[in-house]
Amino acid sequence: MLTFVVRRLLYSIPVLLIASVLVFFFVRETTDPLARLKGSGNRDLTLIQRETHRLGLDKPLTTQYGRWLKDFVRFKWGDSLVSGRRVSTDIRDKLRNTLQLIFWGIVASAIIAIAIGVYSAVRQYSALDYTFTGLSFVGLSMPPFWFGLIAIQLLIFVPKETFHLQHPLLYSVGIHSATNHGTLDYVRHLILPVATLSVQLVAGWSRYQRASMLDVMSADYIRTARAKGVPRRVVLFKHALRNALIPLTTIMAIDIGSLFGGLIITETIFGWPGMGKLFFDAINNGDTNVLLPWLMVTAGFIVVFNLLADLLYGVLDPRIRLA
Amino acid sequence: MADEDLPISPTRPRPPSGRGDLILTVEDLHVSFPAEQGVVKAVDGVSFEVCENEVLGVVGESGSGKTVTALAMLGLLPRTAKLSGSVRFRDQELLNLEEKELRLVRGAEIAMVFQDALAALNPVYKVGSQIGEAIKVHHPEIRRHELRERVVGLLDLVGIPNPADRADQYPHEYSGGMRQRAMIAMAICNDPDVLIADEPTTALDVTIQAQVLEVMERIQDRTSSAIILITHDLGVVAGLADRVLVMYAGRPAELGDVETLFYRSEHPYTLGLLASLPRLDQDEPDVRLHRIKGQPPSLVFVPPGCPFHPRCDFARLPEPCATQIPELRSLDDPSHVAACHFSEEVREKKPEDLRPVVGS
Repeated sequence: MLTFVVRRLLYSIPVLLIASVLVFFFVRETTDPLARLKGSGNRDLTLIQRETHRLGLDKPLTTQYGRWLKDFVRFKWGDSLVSGRRVSTDIRDKLRNTLQLIFWGIVASAIIAIAIGVYSAVRQYSALDYTFTGLSFVGLSMPPFWFGLIAIQLLIFVPKETFHLQHPLLYSVGIHSATNHGTLDYVRHLILPVATLSVQLVAGWSRYQRASMLDVMSADYIRTARAKGVPRRVVLFKHALRNALIPLTTIMAIDIGSLFGGLIITETIFGWPGMGKLFFDAINNGDTNVLLPWLMVTAGFIVVFNLLADLLYGVLDPRIRLA
Repeated sequence: MADEDLPISPTRPRPPSGRGDLILTVEDLHVSFPAEQGVVKAVDGVSFEVCENEVLGVVGESGSGKTVTALAMLGLLPRTAKLSGSVRFRDQELLNLEEKELRLVRGAEIAMVFQDALAALNPVYKVGSQIGEAIKVHHPEIRRHELRERVVGLLDLVGIPNPADRADQYPHEYSGGMRQRAMIAMAICNDPDVLIADEPTTALDVTIQAQVLEVMERIQDRTSSAIILITHDLGVVAGLADRVLVMYAGRPAELGDVETLFYRSEHPYTLGLLASLPRLDQDEPDVRLHRIKGQPPSLVFVPPGCPFHPRCDFARLPEPCATQIPELRSLDDPSHVAACHFSEEVREKKPEDLRPVVGS
């Protein structure tokens, strides 16, 4: 197990190196760090030349890559070209906010998706099963930003106008109110963005869980358990669910890894000060100093969660021996 | 005291050989499944009895209804199955039982050994805990160390080496023969009155088959359980069974004592099966094995009259074989019945008579 982890971590070094090459050249090809300066109406060519030299942009691209990589691995990520804040501090703070969103989103999505999946499998072809099937297709095909906007409209503005509330029940901007930092306030800020991010996850995972549960329920060992006289509920939850969770866990771990880069829309709609918003602003401002580490950090998370998926598989399924 | 509680106590004397009390009666059992092309009549009027201490062999090709009959007795068929007839265990009618009541019979009074032990054991739980669960579900009051002792004792009984270590292993760490023996241990753990073994030796190589059969024999010697042995292997039946039920297309073809049935077959299908079996002791080099022509029939479109008539060497067509369904009837011995219009004629033949001689 330990050898497996160490080997996989070593394998991830070339993966991340390749990622860094791609990230660096694509970002530099598409984004000019001095675009803002040049577009600001500033015609002072010496300033532009000075900046070009200061940032090393007059060197060949490969040399620039080497310098950037050397600084990157030593955690010298530099300052934002726009705000002037240290990039590493910015990313750390935003990552903390995004992690809260992801954590609660995953917990909610997993519980709901597994419950729906198990119900739909056990009561296959029932009215509720068909309802869940229909809803999950709606969820999968509905863009999250649209869901977010509809949710804001229906859950904040409509109740506010109908019941003439002074304050809405839920908030649609930020993590905390300016004056109130209580838990309840936090939860009221959290609900809508978490719901928005969960819609597609629940829709996808519940389909997966349903299929996996149906598969397991027709297995021979389920019949064996029933032949032993084990009560139906125990057969379902101890024998069937335990096995049906194995493939779902893998899918979940991989999905979670990719979530770190996938919250851009949700965070933008709800003004959530997280990684997605940081990325969105960095692209708009051509802030390559933020873009490059951001892309590398998300690549790192994807690698880590893929490794986690493999490890979990080995823990949940004794037939898989990791070595 | 602990010894008396042991599920299989080696000291318990086996009742004198011969048939004991009647414990299981199956009467006119019908099982059908709706399918796209029509209704699949998987079991079509099967009746038999099983007594204490007796081994009943159930023989037939794949799809002849052997396994479905067994699953029907325990209520383990899918919900789409339509059942009629009667399965009486002692004084209880099993087909009418609610799931809750049936659960108390399963594994405690009637237990089952399944054919593919790798698929039939849960891959994510240790073998010992799966056997333990079978005990605990019917004896919730049992203490942990006592449960453990019993599990290890059972694994030892079925001949698994280092049973204490093996109990903590997963099914995939067992060999094929050991898995099948663990299945048997799981089935006998509550000392059931009826043990149904569904092709316990299929998918095992011959030496392992012999070991598993030896375990079954030992189990049978130590308990008074009745065993229903489902198989398509006539050799296994000859070695273990007291009586044999031959099934064809979901119907009983012949039922009788193993000796009578093997030496004085009254049904052409039984005769054909025996003639297709190689005999090391008496085969002549220039005699080929018999082959029953054709394929088993579709259970949706069962041939009219006797379902075996398209493949039968004795059939008179069309009357009566393709028009009248033959009833089970006995010639002189009331315990030996066969469903053939021409039993008298079949009885005169030996399996050897069906075998073609090379060069002829």
